[in-house]
Amino acid sequence: MNELDHFLEAADQPERYGAGIKAGGTPVLGYLCSYAPEEIIHAAGVHPLRLFGTLESTLHADSHLQAYCCSLARGVLETALDGTLEFLDGAVFPHTCDTIQRLSDIWRLNTPFDFFADVVHPVRLDAGFAREYLEDTLQRFKRELEAWSGSKIDDAALARSIETFNTARKRLDDLYRMRSRDPGCISGSRVSSIVKASMILNRDELPGRLSRLLEEIESGRYRTGATDDRKRLLVAGSLCDHPDFYSMVENLGGVVVWDDLCTGSRAFDGFIDPSGDPVKAIARRYFERRPCPSKHLSNTARAEALASMAEEHGVQGIIFFLLKFCDPHAFDYPYLKEYLEAKNIPVTLIEVEDSLPPEGQLTTRLETFIYTL
Amino acid sequence: MTDDKKTRGIQSPPIAMDAKMKEIMTGYYIEAKTAADSGKQVAWITSGGPVEPLIAMDIIPVYPENHGAMIGASKMGGALCEQAEAMGYSGDLCSYARSDIASSVTNGGPIGGLPRPDMLVACNNICGTVMKWYEVLARYFDVPLFIFDTPMCHTDYHEESKRYVKQQVLEYVAFLEQVTGKKLDYDRMDHVGKLSLEGQRYWQAVLDTAASRPSPLTAFDGFYHLALIVTLRGTQVAVDYYRDLLAEMKDRVAKGIGAVPNEHYRLLWDNLPIWYRLKWLSNKFAAHDAALVADTYNTAWCRSLRYIEDGNFLDSMAEGYTRMYLNIGVDQMADTIIEMAEKYSVDGLVMHSNRSCKPYSFGQYDIQRMVRERLGIPCLLIESHMVDERSFSEAQTETRIDAFMELIRNRA
Repeated sequence: MNELDHFLEAADQPERYGAGIKAGGTPVLGYLCSYAPEEIIHAAGVHPLRLFGTLESTLHADSHLQAYCCSLARGVLETALDGTLEFLDGAVFPHTCDTIQRLSDIWRLNTPFDFFADVVHPVRLDAGFAREYLEDTLQRFKRELEAWSGSKIDDAALARSIETFNTARKRLDDLYRMRSRDPGCISGSRVSSIVKASMILNRDELPGRLSRLLEEIESGRYRTGATDDRKRLLVAGSLCDHPDFYSMVENLGGVVVWDDLCTGSRAFDGFIDPSGDPVKAIARRYFERRPCPSKHLSNTARAEALASMAEEHGVQGIIFFLLKFCDPHAFDYPYLKEYLEAKNIPVTLIEVEDSLPPEGQLTTRLETFIYTL
Repeated sequence: MTDDKKTRGIQSPPIAMDAKMKEIMTGYYIEAKTAADSGKQVAWITSGGPVEPLIAMDIIPVYPENHGAMIGASKMGGALCEQAEAMGYSGDLCSYARSDIASSVTNGGPIGGLPRPDMLVACNNICGTVMKWYEVLARYFDVPLFIFDTPMCHTDYHEESKRYVKQQVLEYVAFLEQVTGKKLDYDRMDHVGKLSLEGQRYWQAVLDTAASRPSPLTAFDGFYHLALIVTLRGTQVAVDYYRDLLAEMKDRVAKGIGAVPNEHYRLLWDNLPIWYRLKWLSNKFAAHDAALVADTYNTAWCRSLRYIEDGNFLDSMAEGYTRMYLNIGVDQMADTIIEMAEKYSVDGLVMHSNRSCKPYSFGQYDIQRMVRERLGIPCLLIESHMVDERSFSEAQTETRIDAFMELIRNRA
């Protein structure tokens, strides 16, 4: 089995992989977004598993969440209630949007798992004292984990975790950069599965696996055969768990060379300083990485970041891939569109309910967009 | 609704203070809209935001949410929301935000738009939406924005949250001093703090009178009389107003005047009002001899009283504003509803599943279950966007209300 297959398999069946980890004797905690302090969870000897939910029927979740709730919150709750996540020891809810906040309450009141924690991150990233607040919040989470697991999380364990996550994040960044230079080296759907799998796989093994995977890609074995005259695109939004979307773009003469997604570059953006107090260093990264729209860095930070990513990677157009009912992204969209278009970066919007829009409709939209670039 | 049975009892003596409210609010908006002439600065602030320092610094607070309510009540929300959608804002977003953003650009709405802000203050104790909404406003008006971040108290108010919010109180004062070029007068601040508490106590006392049978006012009356505790909290005007309103309510109680003359059934309302259907809903329930005697929305402006210390307002408001009704866990919200249901002796719960307000609405199914289990009373869910009348289905709502009231009648 080559390395790529490990990633594809984990991305395809995250719950099966998580259950395997649990069966091997390691406790597993689920989380929903890139603000979960994975390093602390990992340092406690616990496996952090990102939850992606289900796009199938959500019968159980529908009796807790109204129809105007996004498919991520609904899908994840469904897997918690229908037994799919039976192997889980618990979950961690970082503060992000209004929906996830309420999902946290509903989860706490209705699921049978042993461990539960809210990690109420500051919303403001523009105040120095918000850093102290986040450090204190992470310390509280660390204490809660210790009380549950019955063992101390020492600085040495945190330092090892930081090293592991820094290395894995660096390798993912290398992968993205390699592909930005040479988009034909591997398909976009495979890249999206690799990033997804990096939130599922055993983290101790992850840096090694990513190194070997990079070598496999460099050897040319995953080359797509597509030419490099394709239109270079960036995808922005919350999450995109639709590998087919990338293939569709590629079949229409485009190629996604970078993203601003919570299940993409936002998850590996930023570096944790390995010197000094580890919890402080973990906290600092959240202020330095590119923010999700539910955080406030400045009124223009996200627009500027998108424009600079577009410039750095020679992006010709941006596709906003937004989940229906995702308020923070929907609020930013009109401004981002205006700002980017003023900089001659065309944008288009694709709104996704749970599954992708009907193929004909989506193809026409993408085809028109790519054609006009 | 033409037959006698359905309309009987709808006409009860009007509340005399209604006229006074109209007069005060008209004066308030005239003052706000002519602020530039009087040399005063205007701050736009969220409904759950810490307004008292603004009052103490002679800054006129303006509430886009109150404006949103007026837009909704004037049935102008649909058109404004549509304009916002044409600007690229999704129709799934909060209808206050959509109508306010559109009105900022077009000056549309019942009062020709709000006066231009000199600064913006967004406190996220009611939702994350206000932060995104005020970022839009800050870019549009190009004025300073202060975000007052109150960490959600899912289960507790932690020490670190306390420190974080208190640091922001100091930073907020510094922000206001910088924008106005004036220093905060702390004696004045103390006085405003006292008035704020006094106003909130009177408001709570007004709402408490609804525990009487028949209730002298309904939640619908409350939605109207609420305006001052939102917009003029911390002023003598609000204190005097609510003192007089309380006197009137006590007088109605003494005389046995009910807001719904044939009050047989008592109901509790949850969530924001459906502003464009207040009268319709009020009549609809009255026709069933049902009075909405209590609600979670009107009380949100006095729920924090318990955390605020007399004579130490500025410091203790940190906790008061952080532990607002919507900034707590769903189970605490359910406890509050159950406590109110008992206090006001209600026969049923009416929940507005408000597509405009996710933090208020997600969790309602669980709250319903808890209420049913603990009190055994029927619950009704009505779905809409609070100021976007295009989202409301009259026929469906009417059928549901009739079925719900039937259930209540059968239990009685």
